[in-house]
Order: sequence, then C-alpha cells, then structure tokens
Amino acid sequence: MDYTLLLDKAILVVIIFLVSLGIAAYATYGERKVAAFLQDRIGPDRAGPFGLLQPIADGVKMFLKEEIIPNASDKFLFIIGPCIFMMTALMTSAVIPWGKSFNFGGHEFSLQVADLNVGILYIFAVVSIGGYGIMIGGWASNNKFALLGALRASSQMISYELSMGMSIIALLLFNNSLNLRDIVDAQQHGQWNVFYQPLGFLIFLICAFAECNRAPFDLPESESELIGGYHTEFSSMKLGLFLFAEYINMFISSAIIASLYFGGYHFPGIDSLDLPQNIAAIVSVAVLFAKIIFFILFFMWVRWTLPRFRYDQLMRLGWMILIPLSIINVLITGAWMTFVK
Amino acid sequence: MSQTIFFILSALTIISALGVLFAKNPMYSVLSLIACFFTVAGHYIMLNAQFLAIVHLIVYAGAIMVLFLFVVMLLNLNAETEPHKTSKIKFAAVIAGGILFLTIIASLKAGIPGAYHLPVKSNIGLVEIIGQKLFTDYLLPFEVSSILFLSAMIGSVLLAKKEKR
Repeated sequence: MDYTLLLDKAILVVIIFLVSLGIAAYATYGERKVAAFLQDRIGPDRAGPFGLLQPIADGVKMFLKEEIIPNASDKFLFIIGPCIFMMTALMTSAVIPWGKSFNFGGHEFSLQVADLNVGILYIFAVVSIGGYGIMIGGWASNNKFALLGALRASSQMISYELSMGMSIIALLLFNNSLNLRDIVDAQQHGQWNVFYQPLGFLIFLICAFAECNRAPFDLPESESELIGGYHTEFSSMKLGLFLFAEYINMFISSAIIASLYFGGYHFPGIDSLDLPQNIAAIVSVAVLFAKIIFFILFFMWVRWTLPRFRYDQLMRLGWMILIPLSIINVLITGAWMTFVK
Repeated sequence: MSQTIFFILSALTIISALGVLFAKNPMYSVLSLIACFFTVAGHYIMLNAQFLAIVHLIVYAGAIMVLFLFVVMLLNLNAETEPHKTSKIKFAAVIAGGILFLTIIASLKAGIPGAYHLPVKSNIGLVEIIGQKLFTDYLLPFEVSSILFLSAMIGSVLLAKKEKR
C-alpha cells in the first residue's frame, strides 16, 4: 500500500471539508447581506466588524437550542435523515479538480481527491441519493407538512434530474470524456464550454437551482404553505444540518458549473505568464474560487429577485419545456459532432 | 486485501437483502433494498466496472427506489391496513417463487463450482469498452430491450390517460 498517497488524500479531504464548511458558513452571512442590499436594508452588523462574526453567533445559537424529537416520529430515521443530506452534500466534492498540482521537492500533490474516469456520473449518483435525506427526514417527522414537503422535494428532484442528465450528455458528446479533469483541461485556452453549449448551460443552471431547492424552486420548504416543509419538526443542530447542507450544495454546484462550463481553474492568458509550478497552482485555485464565488452570488441574486413558482408551473417547466429542449440540444450536438467536426 | 473486502461486502449484501424480507415496516424494507444496491455497486467496483457501478446507483438507488419510497410514504402501509391475501394468490406466489428458485439452482449448477477468482486487470466495465460492445456484438439485444422500454412507457401513458374519455 502506498501510504504517502493515502496521507496526501487524507490531508486534501480535511482541507476541502474545512473549506466547504467555511464557505457555507460565510454564504449564510453573504446571503443576508445580499438580501439586505437588494431590499435596501443594512443586514447583520452587530456581531464583530460589519457583522462578520454573525455565522459563529448563529452556529452557537443552533447548538444551544433545545433538541426536540417528536414522540410519534420514527426516531432512528428522524436522526439519520439530516445526516444523509449533509453527508451527500459533502461527498460530491471528491471528484472536483480544485487546481493544478503542487510540487513539494519532487513530490507531486494533486488537488483532486479521486480522479475517476466516470467523474460526472459519480456527482450525478451522489446528487440523486441526496434526495433521500429530505424524504426520510420528512417522512420520519410524522407531520403532514413535512411529508408534503418531502414528496415535493423528491418529485422535483426526479423531474429535474432527467433534463440535467440530458444536458450533461450533450456536454459529454462535445468533450468526449466523462473525466472532470479532462473536461476542465479541454477548456484551457479560453474555449469554455459555455460558448459551445449555451442551451445546455442554461438547462444545467436551471436544474442546478431545482436540485439545490433554491428559490425560485424552493417549494419543498415554502414557508407560506407548508410552515417549513420537510424540516418543520426539526430543531437545534438537526435543523442546522439541513439549512447548512443547502449552502454546501450551493457551493459545490457552483464549483461544478464553473468546472463544466467556465473552464474550471483555467483562465485564458495565465499559462503564457510561465509562473513557477507552485505559484501557478495557487493562482489556479484562486481563479476557480473567484468563479465559484461569482456563481454563489448569482444564486443569491436570483433568490432575492424572482418569486417562487407554483407547483404545477414547476412541473410543466421541468417536463414540457426543459426535457424537450435538452433532447433537441443532444440531437444538435450529435449532428454537429458527426457532420461538422 | 481484496478478498477481505469481498467477504465483508458479501456479508453486508446478504444482511441487507435479508433485511428487505424481514423488516416489519415497509419503509425499512425499501431502505434495506437501497443499502443492498449500494453493496452490489461495491461488488461492481471490485470488478473494475466503475461505469456499471455508478449507473447501477443512478438508475436503481437514485431513480427507481425514490419512486418506491414515494409510494410507500403516500400509502402509509402498516399491519392493520394490509389486505388479506387470498389462498389463490398465495398458491401462485409459491409456484412463482419455486420456479425462480429452480432457475437459480440450475444456473449455479451450470457454473463451475468453487472457481472464484477476480479478474485483476479486466477493463470490461469501462465506458468505451461497454459502448463498443453494446453497439457491435450486442446490438440486437440492446435495440430490442430499448423497444421494450418504449412500449412500456407508451403503455403506462395510455393507462394513465384512460379515465379522461
């Protein structure tokens, strides 16, 4: 067994874990600041300078709240629901290439935990399992609002997974690979996939919003009809896990959108600077994170701009508009790859 | 190393498969079946068939079992509401089960007993090779099964639309 490899990967996993949690924590702060900005308010400004300690205060509050498990609930599933949701949210980051590899005195340190040759499909599988967290949690609460929220979440996820898969198929046809690092490296010189797959990108983006249960697709937790949706009965840190996992999902989907359609850690012109390897690696990570933060802000911008869909509108958009569009996109891409290229 | 993993995985597979049968609550049955699919995917990975493993997870654990769970959640099955099965259905179930058992025994007998070894460097489960095999050697079964799926889809649409007339 190669123990240095295991050690490398362990270090990388811990770093990615901490970064995901940190970004998610500050995304909650960012969300409140962006909302405040869009609504002409100030937002949180009491804890620390500019309210920067607000996520910590929120976390402490979550931990100190009373933990209530309803009597009529299925206790085992009630506890395991939020755990599954959080776990799957964190698992997706394993195949994302976070940057070029470092070189410490001849020892290559790759910034990707697992270089799977079916990388995209792995993400897809993990995302489709994430729905179980919501379903199990919502069912185990033994509450009609939670059950309705869980049913909405699962049917929404199934519907939008289809067109998401179709948009990915077009991307795979175009890139000839399922490996995320290959896809990112094919966009090295500014030929970002978004220019060749604009329709596919739009479909993927809409489906990413739906899969993250973000507004305008946040029907599973729409507070005006369902109180809190699938997490109505949850309290203390179990509620915290559900809310927090949503921000981690948002971070990871921003990373995936950036990697698939916007060149990942590449930026046109940077390779011509001829930086030393370690500095180039740092720059590449910075480029990727700049793109990710842009998309996180985009997610927030949309949430505070667009109103929530009605449920039948959501289903019609998924089944009658996005799926035919994505099939047409696959056909066009296939024809392009066969006859033109 | 890989043999230890194989035995652990197999034990988990069998335990979760038994869990499907013996769980009192249908919700737990469905969840054990999902666990069983995960362990089977683990076996695929052991055989270096990463593509098959992931597709297995997406299709079975990610899509079909979500629908199962959906139905179980909506029906809220428990012991009181369970319909009493007639002896005719029980009889049919015994015959069907017996035939399935016979088929399994026969296929086990046809295989060479005791000859178990992992193909070490087999690439049969990777994307390119599966694609080539499907569209050259196994083109006819592939197309026939896709027609089967299409007819099933059309049939279910027809059934769902029947009441409108």
